[in-house]
Amino acid sequence: MRTVWKYGKRYVFIYIIAIAAMILSIILDATSPQITKRVIDQVIVGGQMELLTKCLLGFLAIGLGRAVFQYTKEFIFDFAASGIGNSLRKDLFDHIQGLSVGYFDSHNTGELMARVKDDVDRIWNACGFVGMLILECVIHTSIIVFCMFRISPVLTLLPLMIMPAILFYAVKMEYGLGSVYDKISEETASMNTVAQENLAGVRTVKAFAREPYEIQKFKSHNQKFYSLNMEQAKLIAKYQPNISFLSKVLLMAVIVVGGILVIRGQITIGELGAFSEYANNIVWPMEMVGWLSNDFAAALASNRKIQEIFKENPEVGGSEETGKACQTDGDSAVPFTGNISFEEVDFQLHGNPVLTGISFHLPAGKTLGIMGMTGSGKSSIVNLIQRFYDASSGRISIDGRDIKSIPLRQLRSQISVVMQDVFLFSDTIAENIKTGKKDTIGVKTVEQAAVSASAHSFITRLALQYDTVIGERGVGLSGGQKQRISIARAIAKENPILILDDSTSALDTETEKEIERQLEGLKNSTKIIIGHRISAVRHADEILVLEEGKIAERGTHQELMNQKGLYYRTYQVQYGEGEELWQ
Amino acid sequence: MAVNASRMDEEQIGISKKETLIRLFRYLFAYKKELILVLFIMAGTITISLITPLLMELAVNQYVADKDISGLFMIGAAALVLFLLFLAGTKIRMKIMASVSNNVLVTIRQQLYEHIQTLSFHFFDSRPTGKILARVIGDVNSLKDVLSDSVTQLIPDLTTIFCVAVIMVVKNYRLAMAALLTVPILAAGMFLIETNAHKKWQIYRKKTSNLNAYVHEDLSGIRVIQSFGAENETRKAFYDLANEHRNAFIEAVIIADGFGPVVEITWGLGGFLLYLIGIRIIGVGEIGIGTFMAFSTYIAMFWSPIRNLANFYNKLTTNISAAERIFDIMDTKADIRNLEGASALAILEGKVEFSHVSFAYSDEPERMILKDVSFAVNPGETIALVGPTGAGKTTIVNLISRFYEAGKGQVLLDGQDVTKVTLESLRSQLGIMTQDNFLFSGTIRDNIRYGRLDATEEEIVEAAKAVNAHDFIMKLEHGYDTEISERGARLSIGQRQLLAFARTMVAKPGILILDEATSSIDTHTEILVQKGIEELLKGRTSFIIAHRLSTIRKADRIFVIDQGQILEEGNHQTLIQQKGAYYNLYQSQFL
Repeated sequence: MRTVWKYGKRYVFIYIIAIAAMILSIILDATSPQITKRVIDQVIVGGQMELLTKCLLGFLAIGLGRAVFQYTKEFIFDFAASGIGNSLRKDLFDHIQGLSVGYFDSHNTGELMARVKDDVDRIWNACGFVGMLILECVIHTSIIVFCMFRISPVLTLLPLMIMPAILFYAVKMEYGLGSVYDKISEETASMNTVAQENLAGVRTVKAFAREPYEIQKFKSHNQKFYSLNMEQAKLIAKYQPNISFLSKVLLMAVIVVGGILVIRGQITIGELGAFSEYANNIVWPMEMVGWLSNDFAAALASNRKIQEIFKENPEVGGSEETGKACQTDGDSAVPFTGNISFEEVDFQLHGNPVLTGISFHLPAGKTLGIMGMTGSGKSSIVNLIQRFYDASSGRISIDGRDIKSIPLRQLRSQISVVMQDVFLFSDTIAENIKTGKKDTIGVKTVEQAAVSASAHSFITRLALQYDTVIGERGVGLSGGQKQRISIARAIAKENPILILDDSTSALDTETEKEIERQLEGLKNSTKIIIGHRISAVRHADEILVLEEGKIAERGTHQELMNQKGLYYRTYQVQYGEGEELWQ
Repeated sequence: MAVNASRMDEEQIGISKKETLIRLFRYLFAYKKELILVLFIMAGTITISLITPLLMELAVNQYVADKDISGLFMIGAAALVLFLLFLAGTKIRMKIMASVSNNVLVTIRQQLYEHIQTLSFHFFDSRPTGKILARVIGDVNSLKDVLSDSVTQLIPDLTTIFCVAVIMVVKNYRLAMAALLTVPILAAGMFLIETNAHKKWQIYRKKTSNLNAYVHEDLSGIRVIQSFGAENETRKAFYDLANEHRNAFIEAVIIADGFGPVVEITWGLGGFLLYLIGIRIIGVGEIGIGTFMAFSTYIAMFWSPIRNLANFYNKLTTNISAAERIFDIMDTKADIRNLEGASALAILEGKVEFSHVSFAYSDEPERMILKDVSFAVNPGETIALVGPTGAGKTTIVNLISRFYEAGKGQVLLDGQDVTKVTLESLRSQLGIMTQDNFLFSGTIRDNIRYGRLDATEEEIVEAAKAVNAHDFIMKLEHGYDTEISERGARLSIGQRQLLAFARTMVAKPGILILDEATSSIDTHTEILVQKGIEELLKGRTSFIIAHRLSTIRKADRIFVIDQGQILEEGNHQTLIQQKGAYYNLYQSQFL
């Protein structure tokens, strides 16, 4: 509720206008039976024909007035609700984006998508037509009860007796639906996840011809979704008709009791007519109560889910530079020279040691090569430098400053990383290459970067060249082409630190060589190159060979060759036979 | 390839609104028995609703006028009985109807999903995942209210309107005419609003889809975004999309909110005309006070369902565009599908033949990816495909697995044309490891078992051991039961590749296709992996795309591919001696 207030207060003024319009509209609605009463009592029974014109014009005026007020009210509610929903969605998105990578490791995309889309929508609805109708029901009922009271206080006891019963059912229904909606919200998220994974992994699905299995998997979620929806429907069916029933009973009771009062001469027959018309008029708000508590329950459930996400703090980020604070700093920062040091760095993830006692010093402008077995912790070093995770112990510093003291965005915006797992956005090639510095990078830089990454020639062969739109994960391009664009993306930033995490694996040797030559030209950048191929790292100033999270060997290519250890053996496998041939 | 980015609105095949509605309701009509029962019950409940005012009129005109209190109670008691029947009927009706509409929803969603499974890569490549997702989940959900309301609200409301109109006409047709004179105005107003609002709602749906797609993409690429510090850019892009979404909504409701006012104005006009004509023209004497009073109730009874109908109509226009988007996908034909009379593929030996195969993507027909490629691979042979990126290596294996179909020429497996066999039989006998190895959220065991659903525990472990994944799996906190999130985020890329490898191995495929399968695995692990594969796949035909010499060298034959053609073929030794393209490639590793 606090959330809604936070976004809603901006609209308080227009909400007040809307509520005023609502009240006026309801008052007009309530005067309608008054006019009917006059027409019947005074014009028809009493024969005062001169009043007719006034009454008739009254009908017209009421219709027109209600039209104007209703439109005002509905539009304002829609306008404000869309504003609240929109702001909430933006903040939620911002917040999620600022969460650390660890959070995304344990939360599926499909689930988060459901929060940003469906759950925000429910709150949007609650602030819009649902909220509007709730208010309307309350105001409408109060005004009408007031009018009834003026006609006959005794008869008014009837609605006053029945309404608490209706309210009781409504509250019970809301309570029951609340827990169903929690489950529905969860199930929407998991159905989303299943479908999302299926679509994102469509190549794998098709490669194994697992369509039937996928269909079965989806079906079980679809069925579960069905049964939860049925659970919801049954709850509604349990309470909603009771409410309708009570409102019908009210109508009849008014006639019976009112009839007795007329017979006893306590009210006129016209008054009874008007009263029963009022009674007719509070039937719909009463029946609506059930539906509204349904939608309201849904919104509350969604709000709970969203609050859970807002409670999540970025693990990485420290006190002074949480996600929000990073918006302001960044570009104004002192540029790095690019000295990187690791001092006795340990890193554990999920309780397992990933890195132990890693120390190295990489002076500005030099190149560090990292090799090692699968899972030996190579990528973790990159993750630590970028602070996707924080080291468990030890110190990582850039230019002598502990990276924990550098605001996250300042840190990351000066390090360019080419990741192993290439991800490109569904956008043009040029925009992809500009990612991160869209405002400052010009066409020239984009093309230069593409040339350095050996991507320029294939890009220019495309019909729309740099304006070619590529799909998510770069579908439509070959693995090597994707890799080259992602290398160009990193180079274009002209950052003092450049990290290539096994990012030439899908390239042929010739292209790899070419890129290597180009990279050597970037004299101002400190480079870290992770690779499995000797050819990728052999020219580095220092090469680390990792084994189970520890540095097993270190030195230059020549030194490592002389050590005749792991590195040497790798070389043997990759080149060994070749050398024999060559001699 | 024409690709739709998250920011661009999608194109849609135009289906007429009427057709969409008819198709939608056809799903509903599959539940004839239930619907008939519902209609039957509704006939009862509507009758009760209609009788109620008659009873009230009777009570007032007869018993109140005659001062007959016991008669009044009698009527009250009778009404109470009717209301109880109404209560019971409504409960049953609601349950049946909920079951029908939810069933329809499940059916539509399932059909849509199943249809999507049959579509080929072209469909998935040309639009962001988030947009497809929006249709499967969001668009289907938004049909729910329309479906159930169309029966439980539309029918009773229409019946009520009709019956009330009939009663009015029977009671006093001239007064009835006066009261109903405004109906055409209402119809015209609603039509005008609907036609305009519908277009706006279509745009709104598209904006919703864009928003969804963007969120999906942003979350999928969150590492890249955070790594480049691109949050400000994505925030801006998202804000723009969110604002567009909101503005589209506002533009739609500006029009759609007019429904209520139109009803109000015509209602007011209705009252005006009723009394004007009733009193001035027809005269009170002829009509009677009771009838006048009844008419004022009827007018209310007549207009409030119309008010509901206006709401329903509004909802319908909002959501019909969701139905359009669903049918749009259902009408998209898969370009690769089982031909009629396709037989199951039987791989006995594993012979693979390309005969004059050419290929170009359908939307870029002039750019040939493969040009007249012919070769024959003998059973049990290992073929390495080498060549620069974009040369067409992946295309060759994609044609074998029929992810795409050759424009010209034939691809034959053991003499059977791949386009003439069923897709399931083809792919389930191929072991394909693509460049993009997707792992699903779930346990490691489930991910390996994905290769062959009936694989036993031993076979899973055996496969994991063969590709050298067993050791690292056992080091995880729950071993094979360790849950990994989608894309295997917790594992290193190399480990993910090993798992994907195990998944392929457990399938024991007849023909193996490895597209850069070991690119992220270190050399030592690779050697171990290769040993494992050799054992598992002794005598099986395999295609390997790789850049590492150590992998290529062991192949029986190497195809050097460039610009869509096979330049050279032969084993490592022969090709080196030829001193051609392969020799050059080989040499570059040493420079």
